[in-house]
Amino acid sequence: MSSRNNLPLLAFAAAGLLGLAVVLALIVAPEDANQGVSQRIFYFHVPIALTAYLCFGLGAWKALRLLWMGGERRDLESYTWIHQGTIFGALTLITGSIWARASWGVWWSWSSNQLVLFLVLFLFYCAYFMLRFSIEEGARRERICAVYALFGVALIPVSFFAIRLANDFIHPTVFTRAGPQMTHTMFAAFLVCLAAISLLAYVMYRVELVGKRTDASLRELREMLS
Amino acid sequence: MSTLGLYAADVVALARKDLKLELRARDTLPAMLLFVLSTLAVFHFALPAGAGESAAYGLLWIAIIFTALLGLARAWAPEREGGALDGLVLAPCDRSAIWLGKSLATLAFLTAAELVAIPAFALFFAPVDLVAVAGVVLASIGICAVGSLLAAMAAASRGREVILPLLFLPLAIPLVVGGVGAGISPQGSTYLSFLGLYDLVFAILAWATFEYVVTE
Repeated sequence: MSSRNNLPLLAFAAAGLLGLAVVLALIVAPEDANQGVSQRIFYFHVPIALTAYLCFGLGAWKALRLLWMGGERRDLESYTWIHQGTIFGALTLITGSIWARASWGVWWSWSSNQLVLFLVLFLFYCAYFMLRFSIEEGARRERICAVYALFGVALIPVSFFAIRLANDFIHPTVFTRAGPQMTHTMFAAFLVCLAAISLLAYVMYRVELVGKRTDASLRELREMLS
Repeated sequence: MSTLGLYAADVVALARKDLKLELRARDTLPAMLLFVLSTLAVFHFALPAGAGESAAYGLLWIAIIFTALLGLARAWAPEREGGALDGLVLAPCDRSAIWLGKSLATLAFLTAAELVAIPAFALFFAPVDLVAVAGVVLASIGICAVGSLLAAMAAASRGREVILPLLFLPLAIPLVVGGVGAGISPQGSTYLSFLGLYDLVFAILAWATFEYVVTE
């Protein structure tokens, strides 16, 4: 199990990179001319959102492989990616809400397409857990969950378009978040944050997977003993 | 007969079985018709005076979505109660034909409910134009295509009545956007093509994945 051995190393790397990201985002990156200090949440909000997409995408990829080739292992991997995606999706909603409060003075804005999209996805993936835990364990549950996970990645672009379209009749004016072009330092800080948060997601995924697998083997052992 | 002809014959036989069962037992359709009318009546009292036609139009969509949910919740009940789903899965037909047959039968029920709902809506609240009706038709296809697959998933779970709305509503949001947009926006055709795209994407996905949902 050489892959398990590098987990502590990865965890330290993620922690170190995250520390560096915080320093870069809060101290080194220049202050935004229009939005001031509140713009700094951008360095966390956007990488967290991208990481959530990545997790959902990987969850669906594992689901596709499960349907394609089978394998119990892939069900657990798909579930764990989606679990991480939901955690990062919730963080996106929270950081987005704080940003909306800081820059527009409201905690929630239906005209922010990204926030609304994450709300839809959050609801969709919460239902994934409800579905998963109300079906008896076994091959059928693996396949049903995999199909639902595939629907998730189809829903992301479709909802994205839907929300863009909905803004046309619900809110005729759209806030634009695009400030002036990012400077080189800002972009570097953004990239470091993105790397740090994706690595954090990967480490969390690995930790959860190890825990879940240990649980499963313990259960098997207990069944063999009894 | 060609493969396609055989497939179509399977689909028609399965859909006709559902329609026949409904004609004999009358379990679902009367409930849907009454539900959609009651919902519209409740909406009159839920809308504040002077809320306008657009607000009422949004409520028509809530009525359609919830009526569809009522029908979908019962969509797999005959198979479940008789234990017939296992037999259907074992039958020598393509399993996606089971999904297509169920979607068509559900679409027939939903269309019947809408044939009551839309004139009633026009009578109670606001006139409905042709683009809006086209929106209802396209959205209904999407509702039934996605809904009958999700209902099969929910039927495999313990809390089926509770689970189905949770699974269905996030996926129905784009349909509501398209349907409401087709009704009230001046560029209705954009919304119609969006609904068409939704139907295409999710019908293909449901058609391809249904087999995995029903096989043990």
